[in-house]
Amino acid sequence: MTTTGSKHAWKTRRRWLRLWPYAGAAVIVLWCLGPFYWMVVTAFRDVGHTFDATPWPSHPTLDNFRAAFDTSGGDHFGRALLNSMVIACATTALALLIGGPAAYALVRLPMRAKPKVLAAILCASMFPGVAILTPMFQLFTDIKWLGTYQALIVPNISFALPLAIWILTSFFAAMPWELEKAALADGATPAQAFRKILLPLAAPGLFTTGIIVFFAAWDEYLLSSLLSNGNPDVAPVTVAIANFAGSQPHQVPYTAIMAAGAVVTLPLVAAVLVFQRRIVTGLTAGAFK
Amino acid sequence: MAKPSDTTAHRRSRLGPLLVSPSLVLLAAVIGYPVVAALVTSFRADPSLKDGFFTTGGEFSGVSNYLHWLVQSCGGTSCPAGTLGDQFWTSVLVTLFFTVVTVSLEVLIGLLMAVVMNQAFAGRGLLRAVVLVPWAIPTAVTAKLWFFMFAYDGIINRALGAHILWTDGAWSSRVAVIIADVWKTTPFVALLLLADMSGIPGGLYEAARIDGASAFQSFLRITLPLVRPALLVAVVFRVLDVLRIYDLPAILTQGGGGDGHATTTLSILTVRQIQQGYGGASALSTLTFVLIFGVALALVRAFRVNLVQSEQHGMS
Repeated sequence: MTTTGSKHAWKTRRRWLRLWPYAGAAVIVLWCLGPFYWMVVTAFRDVGHTFDATPWPSHPTLDNFRAAFDTSGGDHFGRALLNSMVIACATTALALLIGGPAAYALVRLPMRAKPKVLAAILCASMFPGVAILTPMFQLFTDIKWLGTYQALIVPNISFALPLAIWILTSFFAAMPWELEKAALADGATPAQAFRKILLPLAAPGLFTTGIIVFFAAWDEYLLSSLLSNGNPDVAPVTVAIANFAGSQPHQVPYTAIMAAGAVVTLPLVAAVLVFQRRIVTGLTAGAFK
Repeated sequence: MAKPSDTTAHRRSRLGPLLVSPSLVLLAAVIGYPVVAALVTSFRADPSLKDGFFTTGGEFSGVSNYLHWLVQSCGGTSCPAGTLGDQFWTSVLVTLFFTVVTVSLEVLIGLLMAVVMNQAFAGRGLLRAVVLVPWAIPTAVTAKLWFFMFAYDGIINRALGAHILWTDGAWSSRVAVIIADVWKTTPFVALLLLADMSGIPGGLYEAARIDGASAFQSFLRITLPLVRPALLVAVVFRVLDVLRIYDLPAILTQGGGGDGHATTTLSILTVRQIQQGYGGASALSTLTFVLIFGVALALVRAFRVNLVQSEQHGMS
């Protein structure tokens, strides 16, 4: 028997229960987007009002973006953007071209050492970058590679290749391979089956893996901060932002750095919004399945 | 009778190693070679001043580089000022401290985030995109962003009504690094947990509710045990990641705070040592590698997670 009082309590409880996911979601949105929002707001704020605490855009200006790309203080942000593009694209291409066939073999072809190879690749993906830094720095000094593109691309293979293989194996394992057999049975040549059936099926997995590897390469800082050796012609954007000095001595150029950060981040955030579902699949697949 | 497929099978069995070997050769070159090279170099002396003479170094010096780090001994005497040996144990402690605190916070907050994201409501997809934003921002940018927010006149002091020199104090600089790292990486943990949580059949919760279980009881008795495998994998991944942490403390606090190295992690110490001598740096990176490898092994044993096994179930 329920009294009217407890019925009423149950109703308010139910209403609250329906609402709490929204309250939780609001907290998550605030926590995840708040700092990012603050970066963008500051990027558009006049440098004289750097520490203005107004929560919405105020004193709007584009000067900070001009300051971010200004080279008179010894910063080369624009060049660094190009360098990061070259380095991250080359790293991603290498990882997919070399890791793709390996992942295919690990999923589809008979191999006795398969568990050992998979374990080795997993170990490699967790390998600490700092452990290869000293020998790489020493070697690249000897062969005069310091401050070159290849010195920034080759070491990236140490994390990009294991990551690519690991995510691709899980994508390939989930592919409907019977279709290949069916195509062959219907008289298609292996090359045709590959081109017309397998490649279109594998494309989303390759694309997703490419995004995640690209993000990882774009994020890299430890190796490139030393191996670029202060050469602005090859240093990536992470190094340029970390060392950003601005044109005014003895003054931290916060607003210009936030502008540079916004330039680097906005395309990535746009990519995340567009490819959200794929990236989540790739990240979680890379972690276990 | 020899079937035509036999030759195909034979070809396929040879094709496998052929396709895998370029990857293995490359990994041996970019990981295997450096590890061995570091080990060899770690037994060689660095250039130094000995009895008033400058030595160029390079000669075999036994385990002296390791003694420099482990017991701060430089050729039988205590080390001269300016050497980094006396920072080794504090760096180990700082690194372990960051690891324990950030991973604990990430698991707690990640679980909460996953529970919220697992609820059925409009805009779920959008919420998943939102949590990916911190993940997508490069760590160097994240560090500068929090550096700005933790500035003396920054938004965090304003919001708290405080006047804290965040990146100057020993503990405040550590807190700053921890908050920035938790912000950046909790979404990854939450998404890993969500992947398993969303697979739990709703009927289980329904049955528990009919039996009179509270929401918290269902969480403890149903959700937690069922996401345990994902949780352990996330913990292993994150622990290994924080043990090698470099970008955030290097850019946000320059490894400083307090006496000047309150946020100097093992990776930061290694980078500093590279300027002083390859032998010492190689010994230090070998020690770091051994520490991380040891922790990884211990975790995998303790949690009994088989990271490779689950991979193979899906394979033909």
